[in-house]
Amino acid sequence: MRYVLLTALLVFGPAALGQAFVPAGDDRVLEVLPERGGDLQLRALREQLRATPDDRALALQLVERYIALGRAEADPRYFGRAEAVLVPLVRSNPSAEMLTLRAVLAQNRHDFSAALADLRRALALRPRLIGAWLTQAAIHQVQGRYPEALQSCLTVSRLAAGWSGRVCVESVLADSGQLEPAYRRLVALLSVAGPESADERQWAWTVLAEMAERLGDTGAAERHYRRALAIGRLSAYPLAGFADFLLDRQRYAEVLELLTGEQRADGLLLRLALAERQLGHSEAEGHRRTLAARFADSRRRGDTSHQGDEARFELQLNSEPEQALALAAANWQVQREPRDARILLEAAIAAGKFDAARDVLAFLARTGLEDVRLRDLAAQLAGRTT
Amino acid sequence: MRRWLVFLILIGVSCAASAHKASDAYLSLTWSGERWVGRWDMALRDLQEAVGLDQDDDGRITSRELRERGDAVAAHALSRLGISGDGRACRLDGEGLRVDEHSDGGYAVLDFRADCPATVRQLMVDYRWFFEFDARHRGLFSLVRPSGARSAVFSPEQPTQTFELAGKGGVWPELAAFVQEGMTHIWAGYDHLLFLLSLLLPAALARDGLTWRRKANLAEIGTDVLAVVTAFTLAHSLTLALTVWQYLALPSRWVEAAIAASVAVAALNNIYAWFTERRVWLAFGFGLVHGMGIAGVLLDLALPKSGQALALLGFNLGVELGQLVIIAVALPLIYWGSRQRYYPVWVLKYGSTGIVGLALIWLVERGLDVAILPS
Repeated sequence: MRYVLLTALLVFGPAALGQAFVPAGDDRVLEVLPERGGDLQLRALREQLRATPDDRALALQLVERYIALGRAEADPRYFGRAEAVLVPLVRSNPSAEMLTLRAVLAQNRHDFSAALADLRRALALRPRLIGAWLTQAAIHQVQGRYPEALQSCLTVSRLAAGWSGRVCVESVLADSGQLEPAYRRLVALLSVAGPESADERQWAWTVLAEMAERLGDTGAAERHYRRALAIGRLSAYPLAGFADFLLDRQRYAEVLELLTGEQRADGLLLRLALAERQLGHSEAEGHRRTLAARFADSRRRGDTSHQGDEARFELQLNSEPEQALALAAANWQVQREPRDARILLEAAIAAGKFDAARDVLAFLARTGLEDVRLRDLAAQLAGRTT
Repeated sequence: MRRWLVFLILIGVSCAASAHKASDAYLSLTWSGERWVGRWDMALRDLQEAVGLDQDDDGRITSRELRERGDAVAAHALSRLGISGDGRACRLDGEGLRVDEHSDGGYAVLDFRADCPATVRQLMVDYRWFFEFDARHRGLFSLVRPSGARSAVFSPEQPTQTFELAGKGGVWPELAAFVQEGMTHIWAGYDHLLFLLSLLLPAALARDGLTWRRKANLAEIGTDVLAVVTAFTLAHSLTLALTVWQYLALPSRWVEAAIAASVAVAALNNIYAWFTERRVWLAFGFGLVHGMGIAGVLLDLALPKSGQALALLGFNLGVELGQLVIIAVALPLIYWGSRQRYYPVWVLKYGSTGIVGLALIWLVERGLDVAILPS
């Protein structure tokens, strides 16, 4: 027995306790800062603000830069930084713009009631503030409150020139029983180039692509997604939408091509991992574990804004339909976009708990929300709920 | 329309494409048995924002850059952390930087010590790091003591939290906690108990050719039991210590499978009587394997080096105490049973067959990593 012990000692040696280590050498790269961050410009703004801390216009400019970056990169760190600059400003004599920006940040955290309260205050101060109306429309739409969303959109189209009001109106109408006519009107609108900014055009083409997908027009959807992505402003939203489009069509290799290197955003990493798994790619398991760690951390911090993606993670990567269903149901209480409906229906079917889908089915019937994928799922559930 | 109004809309739609990980730091404070040891993992991206690490502005943080800014990192971080015991501030001293990876990239790991009096009953932690740069930053905190771990989250809304350590004071309560841990472990670990029981079942009998004869005097029985139990204890204490001190590390799946096998062998021995007189060696040999299994619990606690001796002592004492209690209950039954006519058939043969069956199921479960029995 002594020999066994001795051999074991020689073979395995003393194991390390933690994973932390002191890096050897000078040139080991420990972290690559986000290249697209435009950190140099930001730094200049920050330095300026440090020199003149009372310059509220400058502070707002910095907040806007952070929010723009946060949106493009889907990186909550930038939203957190925006909040750190904004919160002290709002405390003393807030302007309508500041309140609107704070609402945008609250919305990003999925704290919709705080966001709507700030927007009400902002609009009381400045009833013609287009950004506040648009944000309010977006929140109501995500919550599935289409009549209220439409009201805000109509106000926007009255106040603002350009596409934003029309896109807002048509996208809400498309959710409430008028998908096809809304799609046709929007195609006509986008066929005439206007003076819109790149952000606005990318947004409009993405909305159009999603509508085409919901109508079942695969060819058009792909064209619209490519059009949105060709605008070149990197944004997680059209990337995620197009990746889902490709995943639904089992075009996994193209997902890999689209998303390789896009590993910082959870939503994109999830889609990448799903494609890798289908292809038997060697990195699939590592990415699955990274996602598990990130979701665990957000749960620990009490952050529930990831529940929709986490439900998908549990269902499609972990094969845990029960857990997926619980997450999808909690997510449905907060937001009600077609993709939120979809994951809840899929999880309910996978878990064999058909009654859990009742809320969604009732919502679809009530609002007239159309989507070929939801229609197929609902057909599978027909007659199986009580 | 002002430019910023446009991305408001875009954010409106983009909240579904959910985000990266937000900024988290991981802070733990561990009672080593002598002092509080801190470990603080901070994202290099966040440190870049807070103290500036990338000296040459090439977008990369290298080990040299981190090392050169090491003192600044420690000073910045520790000046924004307050720990006090029973209302008196504890002195915090940085003990160097290491690095680690989390799911969102590279982290600096700041090791530090907190000099709080040993008799502290209430610990207050005041965490103010990085909130000034990122309002969504969170400090994910865990307070680790042998009697258990507690966790908390620090946020700008809740930067200060208090932890009651009532009952903690000196070495004895710590030791008691480990003794209890050890007893709980041995009682919950059916495999260790079944192994020991299998060895003790024939203690009051002696093999006589193909049959069993009752041992005449109690002294003979007592010697036999004492020898078996001592051999098992010595062996598992040895490997328990070696494993906890990390001189020995075998994959836990092998160890667990070997433990299951040991139960099967010990029970089979009651049927086939391979080593009736040498059960002591059986107890010792397999005891070595059981020790590695028992160590798993302690390893999971990831105790700091300085607290290991106390933990090991207490835990082992607990294991032995728990074992003695079981023997004290089982032995009179075994003695009484062995005076009954059908004991060799019903208990030794059929009872051991049952144990073999159970052990074989464990062996398959652990060896192949499948679940057969409901857990």
